[in-house]
Amino acid sequence: MTTAKLVLEDGTYFEGYAFGALGNVTGEIVFHTGMTGYQEVLTDPSYAGQIVTMTYPHIGNYGITRDDDEANRPAVHGFVVRQHSEITSNWRAKRPIGSWLQQWGIVGISGVDTRMITRIIRSRGTMRALLSTQEDVTISQLLDDVRQSTVIQHPVAQVSTPQMYRCTGTGLRIVLVDFGAKGGIVRELIRRQCDVVVVPHNTTAEQVLALSPDGVLLSNGPGDPNDVPYAAAMVREIIGRIPLFGICLGHQLFALACGATTSKLAFGHRGSNHPVRDLKTGQCYITSQNHGYTVNADSIAPTRLAVTQINNNDLTIEGLRHLDAPAFSVQYHPEASPGPDDSNYLFDAFLDMVRTYRHPHTQQEAN
Amino acid sequence: MPRNDNLRKIVVIGSGPIVIGQAAEFDYAGTQACQALREEGYEVVLINSNPATIMTDPNMADRVYIEPITLDFVANIIRKERPDGLLPTLGGQTGLNMAVELAKHGVLERENVTLLGTQLSAIQQAEDREQFRTLMRELDQPIPESAIITNVAQADDFVATVGYPVIVRPAFTLGGTGGGIAHSDSELHEIVTLGLRYSPIGQCLIERSIAGMKEIEYEVMRDRHDNCIVVCNMENIDPVGVHTGDSIVVAPSQTLSDREYQMLRAASLKIIRALKIEGGCNVQYALDPHSYQYYVIEVNPRVSRSSALASKATGYPIAKMAAKIAVGYTLDELRNPVTGQTYACFEPALDYVVTKIPRWPFDKFVHANRKLGTQMKATGEVMAIGRTFAESLHKAVRSLEVGVHRLFIKGTDAIPDDKLEGRLRTPDDERLFLLAEAFRRGWDFEDIHQMTAIDRWFLHEISQLIAMEKRIQHTPLTPSFLREIKQLGFPDRAIAELRQTGERTDMTEEDVRAHRVQWNIMPVYKTVDTCAAEFSASTPYYYGTYDQENEVIRTDRPKVIVLGSGPIRIGQGIEFDYSTVHAVWAIREAGYEAIIVNNNPETVSTDFNTSDRLYFEPLYIEDVLHIVAQEQPLGVIVQFGGQTAINLAAALQAAGVPILGSDLESIDRAENRQKFEALLRTLAIAQPLGKTVTSVDEATEVAQQLGFPVLVRPSYVLGGRAMEIVYNVGELSHYMANAVHINPHHPVLIDRYMQGKEVEVDAICDGETVLVPGIMEHVERAGIHSGDSIAVYPPQTLSTERKVEIVEMTSQIARALDVKGLINIQFVISKGKVYVIEVNPRSSRTVPFLSKVTGVPMANVATQVILGEKLADLGYSNGLWAEDDHVSVKVPVFSFAKLRRVDTTLGPEMKSTGEVMGRDRNFAKALYKGLLGAGMKIPMSGNIIATISDKDKEEAIDIFRGFSQLGYQLYATQGTAESLRQAGLHVKPVYKLHEGTPTILDMIRTGKAQFIVNTLTKGKVPERDGFRIRRDAVENGVVCMTSLDTVLALLTMLQAIHFSATQMPNFVGMQAGLPRAEEG
Repeated sequence: MTTAKLVLEDGTYFEGYAFGALGNVTGEIVFHTGMTGYQEVLTDPSYAGQIVTMTYPHIGNYGITRDDDEANRPAVHGFVVRQHSEITSNWRAKRPIGSWLQQWGIVGISGVDTRMITRIIRSRGTMRALLSTQEDVTISQLLDDVRQSTVIQHPVAQVSTPQMYRCTGTGLRIVLVDFGAKGGIVRELIRRQCDVVVVPHNTTAEQVLALSPDGVLLSNGPGDPNDVPYAAAMVREIIGRIPLFGICLGHQLFALACGATTSKLAFGHRGSNHPVRDLKTGQCYITSQNHGYTVNADSIAPTRLAVTQINNNDLTIEGLRHLDAPAFSVQYHPEASPGPDDSNYLFDAFLDMVRTYRHPHTQQEAN
Repeated sequence: MPRNDNLRKIVVIGSGPIVIGQAAEFDYAGTQACQALREEGYEVVLINSNPATIMTDPNMADRVYIEPITLDFVANIIRKERPDGLLPTLGGQTGLNMAVELAKHGVLERENVTLLGTQLSAIQQAEDREQFRTLMRELDQPIPESAIITNVAQADDFVATVGYPVIVRPAFTLGGTGGGIAHSDSELHEIVTLGLRYSPIGQCLIERSIAGMKEIEYEVMRDRHDNCIVVCNMENIDPVGVHTGDSIVVAPSQTLSDREYQMLRAASLKIIRALKIEGGCNVQYALDPHSYQYYVIEVNPRVSRSSALASKATGYPIAKMAAKIAVGYTLDELRNPVTGQTYACFEPALDYVVTKIPRWPFDKFVHANRKLGTQMKATGEVMAIGRTFAESLHKAVRSLEVGVHRLFIKGTDAIPDDKLEGRLRTPDDERLFLLAEAFRRGWDFEDIHQMTAIDRWFLHEISQLIAMEKRIQHTPLTPSFLREIKQLGFPDRAIAELRQTGERTDMTEEDVRAHRVQWNIMPVYKTVDTCAAEFSASTPYYYGTYDQENEVIRTDRPKVIVLGSGPIRIGQGIEFDYSTVHAVWAIREAGYEAIIVNNNPETVSTDFNTSDRLYFEPLYIEDVLHIVAQEQPLGVIVQFGGQTAINLAAALQAAGVPILGSDLESIDRAENRQKFEALLRTLAIAQPLGKTVTSVDEATEVAQQLGFPVLVRPSYVLGGRAMEIVYNVGELSHYMANAVHINPHHPVLIDRYMQGKEVEVDAICDGETVLVPGIMEHVERAGIHSGDSIAVYPPQTLSTERKVEIVEMTSQIARALDVKGLINIQFVISKGKVYVIEVNPRSSRTVPFLSKVTGVPMANVATQVILGEKLADLGYSNGLWAEDDHVSVKVPVFSFAKLRRVDTTLGPEMKSTGEVMGRDRNFAKALYKGLLGAGMKIPMSGNIIATISDKDKEEAIDIFRGFSQLGYQLYATQGTAESLRQAGLHVKPVYKLHEGTPTILDMIRTGKAQFIVNTLTKGKVPERDGFRIRRDAVENGVVCMTSLDTVLALLTMLQAIHFSATQMPNFVGMQAGLPRAEEG
């Protein structure tokens, strides 16, 4: 068995076994607390350039399936687990996780104390890390490397579709701006018969409007929303003209477009068990989350935004609504994949809003 | 949403005695609930018949009623207490059924009591099969094809359409009582007939078998605002077909993809929402391993055994939250007590694997059918936490205390291949070890999968452990290899054992440990925090693992470790957890840090709130020593954890760990027969004559010297295992040939069997003062295990002088043994003389009962003594504590209905699983309550059937005369009838099997038998007729007594509560009859 090393920029290091691709990778190290759904995590473009630690110790038990990819290719740099499964056991499993990682050039490390890593990230925040399967290298060399490494630049550009494409449907035309969209979003729209046009991250408002959409959906995506100012500018022009729904990075861009600000969380929210409270109904939902940035609560007051939902634990903003325009957003993932489908209703709410906007006289209540 | 202020006083119903299917988990749930409600300022009224529980302690509720959980008694309490609400969902099926009954009889409505948590309609929708099926159809939730039947013909009709096999489940029974899988007409008819009888509404569900599918459970919670969460899901390693209580279960699920996980999660939420449950709920699924197809098997609209497991597996206190929700709180406003900073509205994330293995009573019931099916048979369970499945599985295995420390049971290597295959195909309690054996034999992986239908992932993990065993045998130990082995959960002993059978024949357990010390391969401790370390946790709930970071920070405070008692089993039940919890509380009160080590998820002691630190670890010497090294306590207390903890004392002391309280020497002097005999001689206290023998010839000689009957047992066994009374040489030879393998290494003890009254005493000693809180007198004479006897406090037939004598003997023994803490002594009074039959220098089964009836918090006081306090300083003095003016009886409860082929005859080997208490102004009333609470039906008229052995016939006459005088009709078999008729009693004939009609079985089956008295012909030689009679009685819920002492007590009780129908006396001096006209 090949050994592997994981070195964090604070100097902590771990030794374990290599599984997946061999080589050296750097990236921001984060943890995900979901007990299932590793394939969805690995293929979620929002993890672009990151090294993902799974807190659940057994990973790979049900293998890699045909249907659970969230994107055509994974964008994760490294994968850290306590124990990976050599075999697969599920009727849908096509191959073991190790060979899949290898195919996609993702370096994996197994046999390390993932709980310790999680506790470090929790107390010291996300940080740069280096994962190496090189045998003839010292920890101090690797530590130098990680401290000199730069985190991925313009991750959105790397994971967004380079070209527009269309998933033809018979219903409402929804333009999905792809900042690194998860497949689950497209799936939910298609389930609702939408005519989905997926456009690249740098599509202008003019180009969007030219597609005559009934609604615009801003997708999730990796990194800092301030890295894509052009996108916020595009959103600013769409608001009020076309009904809008933002998810995750899309939510942050919607907030920025409306004049709010964002900041980085110490270690983000990544998992399938985050409680979100709807301020209007008081109802709580368990949501799937993956974000490192949040909209600043104190930046909302001067804007035309209203907070609709908050995280029941740390009270961060989870949902926003525009006071004048048909537009709303959520910080979490209503498409789940992985995670609970409690907030799947949001897609219906979005499409209802779109319909109402098209036929204002039908008096359907927008969200 | 805030709490409901319309409520002031709330009744909580407990689950009654421990039986198979309903064990200590409801003490844990009930205790949490009571604490949660009182925290909110509600007045709590608790009703439970089980005295061995923490929840029935006076400080757990504002008012505690230890009374039978029957309609009359509970209604009475409700009328008296006038509560506003009733919380029925924390007392298991018993509590739920009681609530339904109260509602049905209009008690709740009449007394204006609100049902909290779960509405009656939800209970009925979940429990009534027809309503359940209708609801599932409405919710679009798949259920297996099934039919509700109320007679056998309907079962036949159903099978005609779907074919065999089919599963039969009686409605409204706990632990699947009376259910089973039928493969043929004869099996179907047997199971259905029984099932209909067990179901209180005479209804069974019969359904297409989905055996072989994955069995998955979800624990769900909901509040009145419709917020829903899944606390935990669990996957049974054993596929559908084995009762979940008998399955090896892991949490979380291991082989479900996110889609499958979420599909079943969504279904669970849909179901709990439809039932509008405010609290916890458990949903069981069968999941096809080859598709998304699933079926809902069962919904429990209450806190269950699985929720106790889920609570301990995740740290999420389900019962506590359920109680708060029931009084109006919502999940999003309740704090998660584990993190202290987040809220209860979230879904726990685990970063470890939990494995539960059931503990079965087959060591006690060697004749029981060990096959596992839809009828639960386990009495308890162990849980283990590891970072990996392999580690947790190994830890669970060594927690079982069945002499096993890896996946190997002696003897499995000798099973022929065909037999091994057969046993793999039809699961029994040893399946895990048989799987290991199959891998050891190199059987094909796919073949094993096909035989067992166990998921390949689990099989792979097990096969890897066996592969590792081979590597251990042949690969030299290096630091990295040894670490790898330890990460898979192998204890040092297993490693040494494997090395011995491999290339290093001289390697010992100590050598392995020495290597580990040298190479610094030691476990670290991680926190169970509900959130996979995402938030910092404030709870001190830990498990050990071989990983990098240790999270436990040693504090400066002086600390004491208390060892728990492990899984609930016959002979070591919830009573020991009761004492353990009290010891922990007392240690905390005394200003020390109390640390508990235990592995039983059903208990109050493993609630992280109970101690300062909870180590959920095996009660296995290696694991305990690691904790000691981590914590550096002042010492370890072993006297509350039953034999489990006592058994660890020697090794702890050998490792230099101080044992607090009575030391090893005291234990040894009480347990070692020679030392004990010598001690009693010096004290001039009598004990039954006896001798240790090492051969059959010697045994015969000694028995004849002592005189039959004699009591025989192997030396060094627990709880009266394999102990028998033999009446002649023939029986002795039979015993020697069948029950024991006598040789110089395994001697057998032979004692004179003393017929007489048995008396039991628990005392506390500080080395000087000996406090005797109470004396208990047994109803059944010596020879019946004390745990199976009805015990009475205070004694009803002992003179003051006799009590003084017993107290004096107790004090002498306690001082002589230098007991520091508790001591339990059993006496027999035979022909006017008191003999000591057993001394246990530790907490006993009767401590909770005696504490409650005397008001002396015995485990608490004993703990203070252990910590160095003097009884005199605590306000106690020598001698007997003032006796209560009420009479209390402790009545044993059996689970015979769940264990086919087990003989119900009582003897020296313990068979009961639980106990109830009856307390009232006099013995008769107390006994009535006790028997009623134990589930006995006590009709005030009817038929009593007698079949009495020759040795008992004379004694029986007066007893049956008594029954006759009360108006009961006597029936008796030939010999018995003759003897009763000769005594002038009117007896109707009844026949043994094959002698004529009606047979006893006919009478039982047609409901014409109210009581049966069946005493054994002689000794223990199996007697087919008697056995069938006793089994049929059990299966038909007819009271069957095998000891005349019990019968006499019952008679005495009936005489006291019967109104007599006596003709008026004649006027003095007048002739009977009307005055007649003078003749003449």
